[in-house]
Amino acid sequence: MIETAHNDPRDYTGAKLGMWFFLFTEILLFGGMFLLYAVYREKFTGDFHAAGMEMNIGLGAVNTLILLTSSLTMVLAISAIKRNERNRSLMLQAATIVLGAVFLVNKYFEWAGHIRRGFYPDSAELLAMGHGKVLFFGLYYVMTGIHGIHVLIGISVIGFMLALTARGSISGGDYIKLENAGLFWHLVDVIWIYLFPLFYLIL
Amino acid sequence: MEHNEPKEPSPVPDRTFIYVWIALLCLTGLTIKAAQLRMGAWSMVANIAIASTKASLVFWFFMHLKYEKMVLKLLLLAPIITITIIIGMTFFDIWYR
Repeated sequence: MIETAHNDPRDYTGAKLGMWFFLFTEILLFGGMFLLYAVYREKFTGDFHAAGMEMNIGLGAVNTLILLTSSLTMVLAISAIKRNERNRSLMLQAATIVLGAVFLVNKYFEWAGHIRRGFYPDSAELLAMGHGKVLFFGLYYVMTGIHGIHVLIGISVIGFMLALTARGSISGGDYIKLENAGLFWHLVDVIWIYLFPLFYLIL
Repeated sequence: MEHNEPKEPSPVPDRTFIYVWIALLCLTGLTIKAAQLRMGAWSMVANIAIASTKASLVFWFFMHLKYEKMVLKLLLLAPIITITIIIGMTFFDIWYR
């Protein structure tokens, strides 16, 4: 087959545009919840500060470091496959998944702790504490919950990419799927970057 | 000769990403310190500013925005400006009702 010049039908920017547009909708999704948080924190400042004391800063900080590191491993995984270093990419993708899983395990222990102390939606203890605290914990569970679901989805997607990379469907010549998965994962990280100070650093 | 769309100008060295990661870790420490100083409303302002800096680093480097075409950089402004206006305008209502 003689080809002098050909147009690669793949559009490098366009291939990522779909994912970027989806991420824009995610920004608005969480943005709406941050709006609720902002308004209720303004209205119940004292209650939010008191409720914030229940949060474990150490655990929140560890989770922040975990997600930041997972973003690093993800971007390094993409760099690796661009250089056709398949095994390195596989290991880094696996590391990203493991870090995501540890994040979720931490969240489990955190929620369990709160629930054990009576801080859960519609608990008698919480209802007795007044509107502000009820709102704080309502927002906490919903926002970190929906974020957690996104972490789980991200883990699944990266797991799928891991399989594709192992099989060779993702390679140095065709890695857009992995880049798009990475974009989703980084946004999950960005959302947590805002969740951490707003819920854990109200002192 | 027609060109293929260039993949990327040149590969970004791993070193760059590691430096960004270190900066993110430092900013995390900074934001915890800013909260512990208990400056009241200013602590929150500082924390949002630091969070936005961290988010910008993730968008610019980890999400490759630095190396993308201008149109994508501009498109990202759309949801950011939208949500800023939404939250900002709501506060004009909340504060002065």
